[in-house]
Parts: sequence; C-alpha cells; structure tokens
Amino acid sequence: MRREIFREEHEIFRDAFRKFVEKNVVPRQEEWTKAGIVSRDIWEKAGREGYLCPWVAEPYGGFGADFLYSTVIMEELTRVGESGFALSLHSDVVVPYLEAFGTEEQKQRWLPKCVSGDMITAVAMTEPNAGSDLQALRATAVRDGDSYVINGQKTFITNGMINDLVIVACLTDPKAQPRYSGMSLLCVEAGTPGYNKVRKLEKIGMHSQDTAELFFEDCRVPKENLLGMKEGQGFIQMMVKLQQERLVVAIGAVASMWAVLGWTKKYCEERVAFGKPIIKFQNTRFKLVEMYTMAEVMQTFLDRLIVEHMKGSDVVTEVSMAKWMATEELKKTVDQCLQFFGGYGYMVEYPIAKAYTDVRVHTIFAGTTEIMKEIIGRRLGM
Amino acid sequence: MEYGLFSEEHQIYRKTVRDFVAREVTPHIEQWNAAGDTPRALWKRMGELGFLGAYLPERYGGYQADFLAGVVLTEELVYSKCGGLSLDVNVSNDISVPYLLHCGSEEQKEKYLPRCASGDCIVALCMTEPNTGSDLAAIRSTAMRQGDHYIVNAQKTFITNGGHADLYIVAVKTDVSAQPPYRGVSLVLVEKGTPGFSIGRKLKKMGNHASSTAELSFEEVRIPVGNLMGKEGKGFLYMMQNLQQERLIGAVMALAYCRLMLEETLEYVKTRTAFGTSIGSFQANRHRLVDMATEVSFAEVYVYHLCKLFNEGARNLEAEISMAKYRVGELANRIAYDCVQLHGGYGYMEEYWICRAYQDVRMLTIAAGTSEIMKEIIGRSLGL
Repeated sequence: MRREIFREEHEIFRDAFRKFVEKNVVPRQEEWTKAGIVSRDIWEKAGREGYLCPWVAEPYGGFGADFLYSTVIMEELTRVGESGFALSLHSDVVVPYLEAFGTEEQKQRWLPKCVSGDMITAVAMTEPNAGSDLQALRATAVRDGDSYVINGQKTFITNGMINDLVIVACLTDPKAQPRYSGMSLLCVEAGTPGYNKVRKLEKIGMHSQDTAELFFEDCRVPKENLLGMKEGQGFIQMMVKLQQERLVVAIGAVASMWAVLGWTKKYCEERVAFGKPIIKFQNTRFKLVEMYTMAEVMQTFLDRLIVEHMKGSDVVTEVSMAKWMATEELKKTVDQCLQFFGGYGYMVEYPIAKAYTDVRVHTIFAGTTEIMKEIIGRRLGM
Repeated sequence: MEYGLFSEEHQIYRKTVRDFVAREVTPHIEQWNAAGDTPRALWKRMGELGFLGAYLPERYGGYQADFLAGVVLTEELVYSKCGGLSLDVNVSNDISVPYLLHCGSEEQKEKYLPRCASGDCIVALCMTEPNTGSDLAAIRSTAMRQGDHYIVNAQKTFITNGGHADLYIVAVKTDVSAQPPYRGVSLVLVEKGTPGFSIGRKLKKMGNHASSTAELSFEEVRIPVGNLMGKEGKGFLYMMQNLQQERLIGAVMALAYCRLMLEETLEYVKTRTAFGTSIGSFQANRHRLVDMATEVSFAEVYVYHLCKLFNEGARNLEAEISMAKYRVGELANRIAYDCVQLHGGYGYMEEYWICRAYQDVRMLTIAAGTSEIMKEIIGRSLGL
C-alpha cells in the first residue's frame, strides 16, 4: 500500500541519502566488519552533508527537519543491511537528550559539534548488574566543590569506543528514596582522566558496531556537565527519551523486514529445485505472503504512530507494542527467510546470514520484550 | 491512539444502533438461537430505524450514508452478541443488496431496493454448491435461455439467509461450454415462491445459531430474462468486484470480535481470583493478554486505514483487503482460543459469551473466501 506520511521533499531527501549510502557506506561495509568498528571519516562526511541530526534547530547548526527525515535515514541504512554505523543512535537517541534537557550553555557547547560530525555520542545506562531494572544501577557521581566525581562501570555501550561524549546515568544521591529520585545524567567527554574505554565486546552479530565496556574511576567532570544542571532528574529524562528510542528501533525493524523479504523473494524466483523456481511451490508462496502481510500491517501501524509521535501525543502503550512486536516478528521473518536460502543462508557472505545474527539483539536492547509487555500490561490496568 | 475514522454523525448513529440492540435484541437472543432464525418484525424495525440500505440513494429508500456507517452497523451488530443476527444482516444488507445497486437493471433496482431498505426484502447470495466452494468457476448450476425465460437448475448450500430470504441472487452458468469456464458464469434473480424453487434442510452450524443458513434447490425454475443481472457471462466479474467490499466487511467483523473478546477477558481476569490474587496479576496471563492487545491494535489501524481508503473511493485494494480478511480472521480465532483458556471452566459454558464467540468466529477464515484463497490472491499481486 502506498505510504501517505512522506511529502515530496522527504522523497528528494531519500534519493540523495540513498546515493550517499551507495557511494560511501556500501563499499566499506566489509572493511568495517573486519575492523569491528566504522571509521570516523564516515561520521564527518555524513555531518558535512547534513545527515547528522538534521532536526536540530538552525542556531545550533541543523536545519530544523521533522522526524520523517530521521525515519528516511533509518530506513535507507537498514535497506542495505548497515548495522554498524550507529547514526540513528547518535542523531535520534542521544543528541535529543542534549537538546531537550541541556541548558542553553550546554546546547551551544555540544550541539553544533554533534551536527557537524566532530562529536560522536553515546549513552551509558546499562551496568553489569543492572539492565532492565534501571533503578538498580550503582554508578555514582559525587559532588566535590565545583565538580562531580564519577565512579562506576557501564557495559554493552554502543559507540563505546568511538564516542567523544557519553551521557552517563549515575546516582548523585545514593541514599534517595525511591532510588530513582537520586539519579542524574552526567556528560563526560572522551579524554577526561578516569574515563576509560576498557574493552570492545565480541558480539554474535552487528560486528561493525563498536560495543564496549566503560569504566569510570574517580573521573572528575565540571558541575556544568550535569545535564540540565539539576540533580535527580535522570530517571524521568530517560523515561521520556526512551519512547523515541523504542520507536526508532521499531522503524528499523520494519524497514529490515522489507529488506529481508526483498532479498528472499528475489532468491526464490531465481533458485530452481525439482524443475521449477522454488517460488512456484505453494508453501514458499504462502509463507512469503504471510510475512509480507505482517510487514504491511506493521508499516501501516507504524506510520500512524510516527504521525502521533510527531504531534506529541501520549503513545507509550503503542510505542511499546510496536517495539516488541516489530522486533519479535523481524526475528521470525529472518529465520523463515534464511530457511528458503538453504545452505547459502548459513554462509556469512549472504546478507540474510548477517541479518540473522544482527537482529537477535533487537528484542533485547532499548527495553526487552518482557519489559515492553510489563509496561503495556500496567497501562491496560493489570 | 485512536485512528479517528468516525465523525460525530457516525457516533450518534452508533448510539442509535446500540440503544436498539439493548432494547430489541439482547432480551431475545436465546430464543432466536434456539429457533435458528430471527423474526421478520425485527428486520422491519431495522428498516424503520434506517439501518437497512442506509447507503442507497434516496429514490431507492436510502439516504446515501457512507461506507463508514455500514462499518458502524457491522461493529454494533457483532457487539450485540447475537452472531447469527450480525451475520444475516451483514450478508443481506452490506454484501448482497450492493449487487443489486451496482449490477442490477433500473427495473430491478426500483422493484427491490426500496423493499430491501424497509426490511420487506431479505436478500441471499447463492454461490457455493455441494461440490464447489473456493473454485467458483467450476459451478454446475445452469440457467438455460428458452425464449423470454431462463430455466434454472441449481443446488446451492451454506446459504446465509437461505431459509428466510425473499430474493435470491444465484450464480449459474448460462454457457456451460465457455472457455475459460468463468466466462460462462452469470447472476440471476429468483424470488421466493417461484415454482421449482425449494428450501431444503436448514443446516445446523457450529456457531451463529440464529442465522438462517440453508440448502437450496432449484428444479426447472422458470424466470423471465429480465431477471438476469447485468450481462450474460459477466457474473464472475461482478462477484470479483463486489467481493472486495464483502471481504472488507469480513475483516471489520473479525476486528469487532477481537476487540470485544479482549475487552471481556480483560474484565474477567481482573475480577476472577485464584491463589489469593486476581488472575490478571499473574505474569503469564498478563503477557498473554498484552500479546492479544498488541495484535488487536495493529489490526485495528490496518483495517480502519483500509476502511478510510475504501470510503474515499479507492478500489484497487484487492491484495490489501485480502491481507486484512485473512489475517484478522485468523487472529480472531487465536484470540478466541486464548480467551476461552483464560475464562477456565466458564469459557466452556455456553452461557458465557466467550464460549459462543469461540464458535461464531470459526467461520471468519472460511466464508467470503478462505484464508488459503486470500493467500493465492495476495501472492499473485506480489508477483509470486
């Protein structure tokens, strides 16, 4: 079904960004996968051409673009199976914290660099013993004169090695009750003494994305690095911003479904078995139809949800629904599609094999399926 | 997140239907289920209230209500919890009467449509035969031209409204040797009481008990040539054109079932206690309900979006409507299963609506094109 949310300017932007991706991303995917990290120059190039945080207001270097531009970027990167270049994480997940909660001084200090590609960002919430249960985190930021001294350990942090600025969830008041009221977000620039990027983690998929463990040991930052300059706001800030993060994941998941279905359909048309293309077998056809139907239903829901999100409506329930279901369905879709590729599906040189390992984390990060269901259950009054 | 499909007028209309249901349907459901039929007076009353043929032009007794008013009626009749009534009214009013409007001659329209709108003429659509369901082009019924008449010989089965209709739209072959065979299919009108036409067994169904579903027999039935709908050999095409609306209505029904089943079960798990707490507070139950609520939200946006496009006049939605029809029909069945489970023993008792719903929804993936046929259609449109 024709999608109705995009206007002509979005389509023009899509064409331009698609060309950018074909030229600058696709030829380097193998290199980045081998290196386990994308190179810094792609960030700078994307920044120069206006593809980082296009939504940021003009005074800070952006062009005040709407969320549909971000949607286009996500969809186009997903289309080519790019899972390492965490552009959307930077543009649509981390930088929005700075923009929404930062003081004027903080915004002037960081936003222009985030837009230009000189500053790559990350957000650090998860700890070895605190994932879904964010309130259990233990990292502390203790006020000492005009500084905060941060101690703690963070893990599974995307852009962990490459980042120039990380937003760290810490307890500024470890005795606060309830615990979340003692939580704050501190911004730490790379190179600050005591901020150690310890170890790049080996993952089952998303090999070109650098995911790392971070260690903060008596890491001293000026008090001006407290996001919003007000203590105790961290938990609420995260709850607010997690909505867009989850929406971003859902958008990526559905875009990924379309991409995977496209590869699979093509393969099934070409591959011959028992004297005919395997797409001519009714089982193949029906299974593809079921998956295409699911993608269509999801896309329709998501497009509606994007519009509501842009209006600022309360869509916590729907975003949670979209996040868990789109990612769970993506996992099933990739598994079923890989089956059609037979032995080739098991070979890493085929994108479907890469997708199989890439997508596994989607039902885990940005809020697990189980947490999504708890949120929805509560909102349904259970 | 509301889709925002309905206007204020639609909501007022919804309330009118709902009030009518509470007063004039709810108290009689058990009686109608036992009788396997609904009284004609009820249909006349619905005609009086403007529920029937609302979408017809004024000269035929309607008031040109839009497609969405039909969606409202369909939903509210499902919510009536009288599955048989909902089925009979939808099949006559929203699926069969539109054939007359779209394919009928002026004479046929003038003769029947005002009576359809008043509740005096219930219409049945007769496609299925004992040996022909999905494969419509293979029907064996015939209508052979003889001077100014056709002689109809046909056996039809599973016909909704079969036992109490006044007018039967019958799919027949007017040319048995046409190649491809579908080009020999035509639609003819047979009125109740025409010599040679008889209503056979009233069929006992798994659910939708108040629906009048029957086998029909046409033996040497003589009808004037004026009873042909549209042109000879075009019947298959007419059916393909009208099936879009029929299937969309099917998806709307399925969605309405999903919502009501979910709503009732949510209520039930909050009040029913076990092991000292409401059963909704057990995580497994909660997540199971969340699974359903999520699926229903997705289905709602999809079906309503199609309704919006259809209402605006879009008619190139064959694949998308087929997707909705099969997917939401299948969903209703999965939800029925899970909701019965959450109701425990009560879910197995017919006095609980969920038990009825479990039986009522089973036909949603079969009638108006099976899920398998839907997938064939979708597959073709995807070039598979």
